[in-house]
Amino acid sequence: MPAVAMTVNGKSVTGDVDARTLLVQFLRENLRLTGTHVGCDTSQCGACVVHIDGKAVKSCTVLALQAAGAQVATIEGLAPNGAPLHPMQAAFRENHGLQCGYCTPGMIMSAIDIVNRLGHDLEDKTIREELEGNICRCTGYHNIVKAIAAGAKAMQGQPAGQQAAE
Amino acid sequence: MYAFTFHRPTSVRQAANLLGKHEDAKLLAGGHTLLPTMKMRLAAPAHLVDLSQIEGLSGIELKGRSISIGALTKHVEVANSDVVKRNLPALAELASLIGDPAVRHRGTLGGSVANNDPTADYPAALLALGATVVTNKRKIAADDYFKGMFETALEPDEIIVKVTFPIAKKAGYVKFRNPASRYAMVGVFVAKRSSEIRVAVTGAGGNGVFRVPAFEEALKKRFSPKSLEGLTIPAEGLNSDIHGSAEYRAHLVGVIAKRAVAAAVETPEVAVSDAPENGA
Repeated sequence: MPAVAMTVNGKSVTGDVDARTLLVQFLRENLRLTGTHVGCDTSQCGACVVHIDGKAVKSCTVLALQAAGAQVATIEGLAPNGAPLHPMQAAFRENHGLQCGYCTPGMIMSAIDIVNRLGHDLEDKTIREELEGNICRCTGYHNIVKAIAAGAKAMQGQPAGQQAAE
Repeated sequence: MYAFTFHRPTSVRQAANLLGKHEDAKLLAGGHTLLPTMKMRLAAPAHLVDLSQIEGLSGIELKGRSISIGALTKHVEVANSDVVKRNLPALAELASLIGDPAVRHRGTLGGSVANNDPTADYPAALLALGATVVTNKRKIAADDYFKGMFETALEPDEIIVKVTFPIAKKAGYVKFRNPASRYAMVGVFVAKRSSEIRVAVTGAGGNGVFRVPAFEEALKKRFSPKSLEGLTIPAEGLNSDIHGSAEYRAHLVGVIAKRAVAAAVETPEVAVSDAPENGA
């Protein structure tokens, strides 16, 4: 089995994987980072969104081997070892931006990516458009949009190192 | 997904050699079509050749009167490129409408063009603009490149290196999306260059992207949505599925073509003759 090495949440990790192992499988099953979810497994729902080299991607549609040498950030990396919640996580809690919570890790990773790309002052319309690839089957979008707008503002002035959880 | 051997060449030559050596090998670019297809077991290549470690396959360059875009350039890079937005805004708009933000972070121009999905966006731009597909072997005009549904002029060991798009005086792209898949039910790219006007349609044709000569003739008289008033195309040969009948798509082609012309008319004319010689 081919060996793979990458950096996940700032830590170097290695593993031997079958070539067809998806990145999300590698994260969940090899590394036991089960915060990243599998929803549709067809790159539509966004529950599996992680950051690769600072950009939001659907980890169900990336092979672990394709991420070799990359910097991967998952939901676990946002507030490691009991650190205070990342401002975007705090905003989701504050605004009740979740119901069942299944889509939340992907929503939060996408939300941080939106802020990284578009800044801290986000209109609701922009947020809704940007969430095109994240589906909440509870349809709790209203509070998710509120949470992202608040989280985007709260991320302002945050030390640069914390922006992307790498 | 069936098992395969994964390769990561560092040059186009190595990648071509792998394709030549293994009959059942496929190139992997962004993987956002190929991997889902493999998951569904609709494709089962024995070898995957990942192009991501090859230098020089990515990037956007203004060269005289055309824009050259590397095959591995991601949709998000085309959508955000200042060079593309300034000189060929319709192409930036097209790239910004593909999939969703996470998909645009992975999907590539070359992947889309090599796959030639009948509902993909880029084929319409290539055909309407008269683009050139540059491979490791030759240059292929868009007119000779698209051969039907998922079929192209590419040979088995041929690799797309870049695509060059001539800058149009005016161009517009409008797509009517399938609300579930986000792929085009109908997408129309209209381009007006000094020499000719072209209308290319994606999403509707059972045989992939096609031009509409009747619309092009009408627009030659006057480049305005009004010129297409009352014009439509025959339903024969168009896609017909649960999302819409061939007749519905035929009607949509007329409607969306008018909107694409309107979008093209609204964009400020690009001064092709004195386009700034500015790289990135």
